[in-house]
Amino acid sequence: MKVSGAELVVEMRGITKKFGSFVANDNISLNVHKGEVHALLGENGAGKTTLMNQLYGLYQPTSGEIYLNGKKVNITDPNVAIAEGIGMVHQHFMLIQPFTVAENIILGNEITNKMGVLDYKKAVNQVKELSKKYGLDVDPDAIISDISVGMQQRVEILKVLYRGAEILIFDEPTAVLTPQEIEEFIEIIKKFTQDGKTVIIITHKLKEILKMADTCTIIRRGVKIGVVDVSKTTEAELAEMMVGRSVTFSVEKEDKVPGKSVLDVKDLCVKDSRNVQIINKLSLNVRKGEILGIAGVDGNGQNELVETILGLRKVESGSICINERNITNKKNWEILQSGIGSIPADRQKHGIVPNFSIPDNLILERYNVGPFSRHGILNRKAIKDNAAVLIDRFDIRASSPEAKVNTLSGGNQQKVIIGREISNNPDLLIASQPTRGLDVGAIEFIHKAIVEQRNNNKAVLLISFELDEILDLSDRIAVMYEGRIVKILNSKETDEKEIGLLMAGGQSK
Amino acid sequence: MDIFAFVLSTTFMYSAPLIFTALGGVLSEKGGVVNIGLEGMMYFGAFMGAAIAYYSGNPWIGFLAAGIGGGLLALLHAVACVTFKANNTISGLAINFIGPGFALFLSRIMFDGATYTLPLADKKMGMPLKGFFMKDSFLDNLLGSQCHTTFIAFLLVPVVWFILQKTRLGLRIRAIGEYPKAADTLGINVARIQYFVVIAGGVLAGFGGATLSIAVSSAFNPTIVTGQGFIALSAIVFGKWKPQGALVACLIFGFSTAIGIVLGWSSVQAVFPVPSQILAMLPFVISLVILVSFVGKSVAPSSVGIPYEKDN
Amino acid sequence: MNNRKLHKKEWVSALKFTFFSIFIGLLVGAIVLAFSGYNPIQAYSIMLSGIFSKPSYISYVVIYATPLILTGLSVAFSFKTGLFNIGAEGQFIIGSLAAALIGGYLNLPAYIHVPVCILGAILAGGLWGAFSGFLKAKFNVNEVISTIMLNWIAFHLNNFVVTRPSIKREGMNVTQFIADTARIEILPKWKNCEAALAFREAHPIINDLLRTPLNAGIIIAIVTAFLIKYLLDRTSLGYSLRVVGDNVNSAEYNGINVKKNIIISMLICGMLAGAAGGLQVLGRTRNVAELAAMESYGFNGISVALIARNSPIGCIFSGLFFAMLTYGGPKIQSALGAPREIINIVIGTIILFVAVPKLLSILKSKFKRTIINTKISKGDE
Repeated sequence: MKVSGAELVVEMRGITKKFGSFVANDNISLNVHKGEVHALLGENGAGKTTLMNQLYGLYQPTSGEIYLNGKKVNITDPNVAIAEGIGMVHQHFMLIQPFTVAENIILGNEITNKMGVLDYKKAVNQVKELSKKYGLDVDPDAIISDISVGMQQRVEILKVLYRGAEILIFDEPTAVLTPQEIEEFIEIIKKFTQDGKTVIIITHKLKEILKMADTCTIIRRGVKIGVVDVSKTTEAELAEMMVGRSVTFSVEKEDKVPGKSVLDVKDLCVKDSRNVQIINKLSLNVRKGEILGIAGVDGNGQNELVETILGLRKVESGSICINERNITNKKNWEILQSGIGSIPADRQKHGIVPNFSIPDNLILERYNVGPFSRHGILNRKAIKDNAAVLIDRFDIRASSPEAKVNTLSGGNQQKVIIGREISNNPDLLIASQPTRGLDVGAIEFIHKAIVEQRNNNKAVLLISFELDEILDLSDRIAVMYEGRIVKILNSKETDEKEIGLLMAGGQSK
Repeated sequence: MDIFAFVLSTTFMYSAPLIFTALGGVLSEKGGVVNIGLEGMMYFGAFMGAAIAYYSGNPWIGFLAAGIGGGLLALLHAVACVTFKANNTISGLAINFIGPGFALFLSRIMFDGATYTLPLADKKMGMPLKGFFMKDSFLDNLLGSQCHTTFIAFLLVPVVWFILQKTRLGLRIRAIGEYPKAADTLGINVARIQYFVVIAGGVLAGFGGATLSIAVSSAFNPTIVTGQGFIALSAIVFGKWKPQGALVACLIFGFSTAIGIVLGWSSVQAVFPVPSQILAMLPFVISLVILVSFVGKSVAPSSVGIPYEKDN
Repeated sequence: MNNRKLHKKEWVSALKFTFFSIFIGLLVGAIVLAFSGYNPIQAYSIMLSGIFSKPSYISYVVIYATPLILTGLSVAFSFKTGLFNIGAEGQFIIGSLAAALIGGYLNLPAYIHVPVCILGAILAGGLWGAFSGFLKAKFNVNEVISTIMLNWIAFHLNNFVVTRPSIKREGMNVTQFIADTARIEILPKWKNCEAALAFREAHPIINDLLRTPLNAGIIIAIVTAFLIKYLLDRTSLGYSLRVVGDNVNSAEYNGINVKKNIIISMLICGMLAGAAGGLQVLGRTRNVAELAAMESYGFNGISVALIARNSPIGCIFSGLFFAMLTYGGPKIQSALGAPREIINIVIGTIILFVAVPKLLSILKSKFKRTIINTKISKGDE
């Protein structure tokens, strides 16, 4: 995938973007050539998405200039970007759930007659044509809330192609794909560049950069560190440029013989509010002193499984036992008392009370028992002391020990949650997406804390969409597909290829 | 007179103001902005309609003025909610102070210190089908005494439906109500469309109020609206934020008012004495029963009530 | 920055913004008055003297404020717990009805009668509120709509009861006056006896005060405000209610029984508004009448809560402020002929501004954007 002597199609000169006093981009310059696949590498929070949002007109630079094909442009809003042939596929899909695929694709660019009445049939035909041209298989009349995540991504890609994009920006495109789907995605990108289009990919996944990109610009803490020719670099070199120090990729795990079963799930069946079978005869167990990792693509029932174990969903049939106590269909406050701690996938939504202080967040599950309250009155001193201990032990950084939790960074918020859960001393710790959106330092810390739980003879159920994390941390790996556990493997006896196949519903050897 | 025809025609008559207002609320909420202030806008429209009709001698001018009045109040709500990201509910409550406040204030000035306007008599809204059908036939009883406003209200239902479902504007409105950020990333001007739906909602609520004071009655008084703006709100929920559903709800409320009137006739009271206060409670009790029975089946637009903030 | 300083800084800027909103409200009122041909300065000074120039006026302001402080607490409490109690109006009506019935139709010794009346009002209002909470918890009915419906049902229920022949007084659609044993007015009988009149002649200020139905309700209201603050900040119940108010998803996920909390919260809100109604009857009106329209104590409670930014202690001051406006305001009409609804316009404007917490920062950023855009457009040839 080499590109030779092509012209500069995108030039961002000296871009600085400030939000108040926070500098997200500091004098960054980016050069992208026609027909190349250009990767933007950086940790979570480095400023890559912010930079591209300015190219797409969602933000305006505080200072700096943008040139397209040598011409200076002022991209004041997405309409300008779209008119200039720039399209962006966002990390979190911008899809209207109750609308159809076709409606989502044409939104903002609708075909109408003179009076503004929609010509839906024409839209569907156009979608079908585009879909065939690029091999992006979609059903134009399907409703977004019904289709798979992979198909949703194809809809997002069709959205930009529909508007004639020649420069395509992808923000973390492979986060939601199986290894096989990633291969397909790479093929699609190839087709685009063969067609003369230019592709910019924002990512923090080193392996994929090596597979798909020609050039890579590395950004760290808002500053451009360097530009490399991908064919001449290594994973380790990229990692070091990204983080600023040498990075070890795996966590130290002492050998451990697991003990008794703490969590026992047998033949679990759960239906959702629309009567769709989301958990389909699922069985697994997690033992003392082990980490069981659930691998799978987002949308195969992982979140629903956790909610069911926590008592937030009704069990249709089957059983869930904690320490041999049957907790099937018990109320969630009872279940939480039986020794389960949970780190939620969506920390903003389920993990924190945003306007409460750190100490008040740290007692969220034990506020009404001693020592934090007696006879219904809160014991402020005990709450404060508890906070002091946990802030120190979990390295929670904030402007003051009483700071409101919504002023903390994502990593520190996650540490508050983990500190709280672990200090409750649960027999079973459920960790869903524990390191999503965090920088490498926070990721290392959290991985250590999770492994420490396991080393202390606790049981850990880990759910993650990052295959590397699963392979790294788990003792056993359970692959989840369409609401079932397809296979349980020993992490030492398997590899990414085999798991990837199982994640996509295939059969392993 | 045939009771059946009377009940039906009274139902239509009392539903019309609710239909206007509910349609206005549907548009606004489909676009993502909650409008608790419909009551205040209706109130102001009721006053403007009667006052301007009286002084101009023409009910249509009064009707239009009412729409403008409701629209102006809605503009206030739009500025607060769309541009300044105010909490929709609080802003709506403020409108419920300001609307009646201005209405009564102006009333005292324009009508010599009184809080009610002078009777309209022949300046009242006309009835297009009066005398069209054979006298005292079923159709005459049903439609002959309906004002223009009733017909307009019913006609607006399919119009609003069409706009929302079949036009580009409607697609964008619905998209914004669900996921404004997605619409924004596609270059759609979220603020402009939200201003439009909120103001349109106010105009329609103003029409609804005017219908009360120049069609259903022939003057404005301080208790003429009395909760109907809120009943329109529950009609929206009942109708699952669809114009046709809201229509059904408004008809049910109109029906309960009609039944209340029939039960209040002395001839009926002699046989079936129901106290007038219990009758007055009927529409509200029915409202509650309806809301309870539509447990979990009524889904609001996902982003309704959440002010959209571009974070640049 | 040290935690206490942070706290104080927030607090001070919130106060500043509240005063700013009040100022804007009065300004808009002045503009409307001027446009309608009245002198705003004259109007406002009539209002001010109508509030402060006599002890009896001040006493009336305090009397007016009593129910407002409690309905304000009711609404503020609901906001803090993630709900919107527009039903304070209906809960008030039910509470006053209960107090009037227990006070006027039961005979009990003095030291029991008053507490029983108040308890009855609290209970009745509490149940009326809890019902909305139940509808929300069990049926997911939006409490804004259900409480509004219940307001109207309470209204008509009140009129129904008051007009029953077995209950109403001869010739009027009102309930019997409450027994003397149920009154909380200060020295109601004594202040008109001979010895008292002599005392009053000698002390003009006290004389003026005693002309008004000054009653113990204000003390109960102020104490209640402190109780509510304690409940919210210091108890585990208050903690869980506030968690539900800040992030209901987190609450549910971490084992808090959200449905139970919603019902308890609405119960307490109803109790507060019911108490307001009860104290109004016991202290001032001494009966309930057939209502032609809602008296708005509950709705005004919403304004009181908003202006107080939901702070329980703030409701005391906000309630007094609101009472000043609604007591002094109508005097403008009697003196100058300016419509009394100008006060509604002032209040509505204050609320509108209070509803926009980010007003100043948004204006600032819009200003900056216009400057940047003009720079850009000037920079391009």
